[in-house]
Amino acid sequence: MLEIQNIRKSFGGTEVLKGVSLKVEKGDVVAILGPSGSGKTTLLRCINFLEQADSGAFLFDGQQFSYDRITKKEIAALRKKTAFVFQNYNLFQNKTALQNVTEGLVIGRRMPKGQAAEIGRRMLDKVGMSERYDYYPSQLSGGQQQRVAIARALAADPEIIYFDEPTSALDPELIGEVLEVMRQLAREGMTMLVVTHEMDFAREVSSQVIFMEDGAVVETGSAREFFENPKEERTRAFLRM
Amino acid sequence: MDERIIGIIVDSFGKILLPGLTMTIPLTVISFAIAMVIATAVAMVQFSNIRVLKQICRFYIWVIRGTPLLVQLYVVFFGLPSVGIVINPFPCAVLVFAINEGAYCAETMRSALESVPAGQMEAGYCVGMSYLQIMRRIVLPQALRTAFPPLSNSLIAMTKDTSLAANITVLEMFMATQRIVARTYEPLVLYIEVGLIYLLFCTVLTKLQSMGERRLNKYGRQKG
Repeated sequence: MLEIQNIRKSFGGTEVLKGVSLKVEKGDVVAILGPSGSGKTTLLRCINFLEQADSGAFLFDGQQFSYDRITKKEIAALRKKTAFVFQNYNLFQNKTALQNVTEGLVIGRRMPKGQAAEIGRRMLDKVGMSERYDYYPSQLSGGQQQRVAIARALAADPEIIYFDEPTSALDPELIGEVLEVMRQLAREGMTMLVVTHEMDFAREVSSQVIFMEDGAVVETGSAREFFENPKEERTRAFLRM
Repeated sequence: MDERIIGIIVDSFGKILLPGLTMTIPLTVISFAIAMVIATAVAMVQFSNIRVLKQICRFYIWVIRGTPLLVQLYVVFFGLPSVGIVINPFPCAVLVFAINEGAYCAETMRSALESVPAGQMEAGYCVGMSYLQIMRRIVLPQALRTAFPPLSNSLIAMTKDTSLAANITVLEMFMATQRIVARTYEPLVLYIEVGLIYLLFCTVLTKLQSMGERRLNKYGRQKG
């Protein structure tokens, strides 16, 4: 469904992604692991064009694009099939929880307001935020904000959701509620690409793991294989085996 | 205080206030409204980094902020007629005040736009909105809230600066006062009187500012 081939990205003179490739099939939950500074977040941001990659190929639903030639229009069309959950939520500060979910539907996709509100309420119910439709982000805890952000991502009925360290900005006691929502999505067969530091989550929920270091993939494989029988020395050290 | 002075104060009050209502306030409101349009456009051009236009905007701000308002009024009103451009006093004052204030407010708006976290724009893109849609519905409203107190500041300053229009024969409050002074020879009481009327106007604006801030603050500040 999604395939990235040999993606490269430099900031100034520093090469942050040194030719990374990955593949996500429909229904997969792929966890991207690795130490800080390994390029995981940059990879995810390049995949959704929040950063402009220098080169590489991008395949989505059988359509192929090249990073150095893709047009704004193509990017906009691709983004309508995907959703992104940020580390620091990035909820629209001037919109309520419900408006945050419906804004993209009504404005970006020209959906009638009533229909959007219905979807919005359903999505907020799904992430356990039924009591907070009319709250502004500043009135919500981090965990609640992130759940609204997930509802916002779900609202567009995306083919894949990208998660960029969705729990790293949260207090430990709030991490659980967000992971629980993500587990539920995984059970329902949502395709997800997750950059995370949550080893337990990756072990338990993901079907496939990609381990990165220094802008390159060190090891990739099924979650079970990766955690129980890692092939690479570096991976063993990272997992403290 | 002798009766003559009291008579002058009472008699002049209406004569000063009236041009205040019919000249000073319209001059302020119209000029500031146009200034806001200029400011928003100039700030957005810079924020969006449109190359050639950005240079023009920087040049505009540089020239306008670097020259006195009074000189600008004189150039347009007394200077331009010698090249055949004659503008009536009131529209001339509106033009100069709007262009002058626009330059200052553009900087206020630019800094406010830059204070909105980049993540707001990214989140907008990721839910399928276009640049202009995100600007209009997400970034500008948040920037406006940040800019509101300094913009109110500018509006209050401008209300008083409209007295400079007396120099180009706009019959506003200050000029009306000058005329009464010329007739009565009571500069102290009359200039204090007009000062108090400006103070009254600005007090109303200050009240409006705090009401506006309360409205805009309904969604609170982002934590952390």
